[in-house]
Amino acid sequence: MTKNTDQPAAVKNTAVSIAGWPVQQVFRLLEYPFSKIQRGVGVQGMPWIFLLPNLIFFGIFVIIPLFINFAFSFTGGTELFLSNRVYTGTEQYRFLLDCKTFGDPITCREDRFWKGLYNTFIFVFFQVSFLVLFSLITALILNREIRGRGFFRAVFFFPVLLSPVVVALIWKWILLRDGILNAFLVSIGMDKILFFVSPEWAMFWAVFVSIWAHMGFYTLILLAGLQAIQPDLYEAAEMDGTSKERVFWRITLPLLWPNLLVVVVLALIKGVQVFDEVFVLTGGGPGTATQFIVQYIYNTGFTEQVQNFGLASAASIVLGVILFVLTMLQLAVTRARDNG
Amino acid sequence: MLNFKRLLATTSVLATLGATSALAETELRMMWYNDGSESEVMQSIIDRFEAKNPDISVVIDVVPYKSIMESLPIQLAAGAGPDLARVTDLGGLSKYYMDLTPHISDSAYWEASFGPFLDWLAPDSDRISGFMTQLTVTGPYVNKTFFEQAGVAMPGDGATWDEWAAAANDVADKLDIPIPMAWDRSGHRVSGPAIAMGAKMFNADGEPALVDDGLKEMAQRLYDWHQDGTMTKELWGSVSGSSYLGANEDFANGQVVMYMSGSWQIGQFSGTIGDAFDWWAVPAPCGAAACTGMPGGAALVAMKDTKHPEEVGKLMDFLAQEENLAEFYGKNLFIPGHLKLATGGVDFATDDARAKHALSTFAGAVPKISPTAFDLQGYPNNRIMFNALISRLNEAIVGELTLEQAYVRMEEDVAKQLAAKAVD
Repeated sequence: MTKNTDQPAAVKNTAVSIAGWPVQQVFRLLEYPFSKIQRGVGVQGMPWIFLLPNLIFFGIFVIIPLFINFAFSFTGGTELFLSNRVYTGTEQYRFLLDCKTFGDPITCREDRFWKGLYNTFIFVFFQVSFLVLFSLITALILNREIRGRGFFRAVFFFPVLLSPVVVALIWKWILLRDGILNAFLVSIGMDKILFFVSPEWAMFWAVFVSIWAHMGFYTLILLAGLQAIQPDLYEAAEMDGTSKERVFWRITLPLLWPNLLVVVVLALIKGVQVFDEVFVLTGGGPGTATQFIVQYIYNTGFTEQVQNFGLASAASIVLGVILFVLTMLQLAVTRARDNG
Repeated sequence: MLNFKRLLATTSVLATLGATSALAETELRMMWYNDGSESEVMQSIIDRFEAKNPDISVVIDVVPYKSIMESLPIQLAAGAGPDLARVTDLGGLSKYYMDLTPHISDSAYWEASFGPFLDWLAPDSDRISGFMTQLTVTGPYVNKTFFEQAGVAMPGDGATWDEWAAAANDVADKLDIPIPMAWDRSGHRVSGPAIAMGAKMFNADGEPALVDDGLKEMAQRLYDWHQDGTMTKELWGSVSGSSYLGANEDFANGQVVMYMSGSWQIGQFSGTIGDAFDWWAVPAPCGAAACTGMPGGAALVAMKDTKHPEEVGKLMDFLAQEENLAEFYGKNLFIPGHLKLATGGVDFATDDARAKHALSTFAGAVPKISPTAFDLQGYPNNRIMFNALISRLNEAIVGELTLEQAYVRMEEDVAKQLAAKAVD
């Protein structure tokens, strides 16, 4: 009897040691250089050594370009290399911020920058609000014991796997004059709607498609948060006869708050950075109705005959400052809430 | 043992020779975009060049037109561009072109064959930088079958834009066609009719002056046509900025009565429309000042950052030869950008009567093109004017600006970009 139970364990141990052998060899190879490094930098310095590859990558592709971009924003002309560009001081910022009335883009010297900014705020307001709301509702539903739960989780997550260009093209084909949706409308006796000619419809679909494409990701974050809440709390509330609404407001929502904050911050940052989906879907039109700030930067820097890298850089710095302020505000609100 | 040594020695010599010949081979990269399938015709000509010059290989990198307009300038500014490229911003990129004169065998031939177009490529010098792969003329196509079915007479030579718009509306009403008239969303396309209305485009000092009464005449018409349904807002209104959109697919699908585009569509229409209906190129409609379209085209140019100027010169010399260009223009149904071939030296490879008629219509329009249109095409910063025109006019059409506000913004946009360029 003893023999029977020990035999599979022995086989398992052998399999583990065979599978682990290459790993052991790699670690043995690394041991010598790493022990040398540790002697040099000390145990406290080792985390930095492990972070180094990532820091180098981050530095080359994020930090250095950030500084170069900042420097570009103080230059003018069309030269590509910073050393060849003419220093113009704060001219680009003064040009961007030259407005008679900030509430009316038409009165601004660079009206398209301000239109882009206003459109971005409108988009972010609706997109983030509904994205968080729908993600929360979906996560709450998928957290329950429903039939086909795994299937539905996959269904909601699937659009996240698609490229933004593919997402936009799929919806464009649906929404075109001769697209599927208009064919359906005609089949039920309605008139065709030219969705991309109306500013309101174009903005609606830009928000809708963006929510459709990204909701699965945020649902997943919230679902993970919901599953981390201890079931004992719900059981205790049930035993006390607490209503479902009260359970949601008093247990679920407060304990989900850290995840919600992550979702809001991420959605906000991604919302302000929106470009590819909407660019392919509406092209920024009609007129400038769905032209957002990143598209303005792209147009200014790349699509005009005079590629105004300085102005585009200044606009991107302004965008960066706005994002930074928004994030700080959110963190401040959260801290105040936690402390209060 | 001796045999083995011999084998080893022979192998070494062969390997060394092989390596040497591989090292000697020069690879030239040509960035290219297609309107139809002209890269295939170009490839067949290049194959012959490579057969004669085994030490030079040429790779055609076919890219979307958008890459030519947006990525190529960045690559060139970074000094990492191709050796040659097919471009349409002829003067705008001229600072990156090389002077082929020292590397071609007979510069007199180039001057005689491409004379006026060489100025488009080098507005401020006598450089020879390339040749036109096609000369284009803007102008309208109509669906002649629709006119016949509707029993509406097509306006003749000398008809005005207003007469054509009325006729297109008449046909659309009778046959329930969704779009009476469509224009490519392009400032270049609008400029010809604007010049026909009297737009001067430049002031007395030769400086750009986009907005005048002539331009306003045409802009007002385009605005009105979009409001009264002659043109659909779906094409111009559905994107922003200076993005190009064509109505070629709508026209080919029988959704449009009259389509303002240009000669480069001939090959495509010949293939896609075929016998489905009679598509017919008509002479440029008239305004108060002229009956003109805009000239334009694409050119193959050599880039000054190439590491192989000799080889590039050799290749360009070969491609620019009359028989090779005759083949290229003929197979692609392009209006020749070679002066001798333009006077009837091309045998177009088509039996399609519509294509032949369109070719003769557009070729016949060249002498009628207004000098202002030629000046505008030759102006290196013309895209600044085209982009300002189309983007601001579009904002007026969708109701974001009044036409008067749009005119002010057009002038500001042009001034802003010229000022940005002047900083260098």
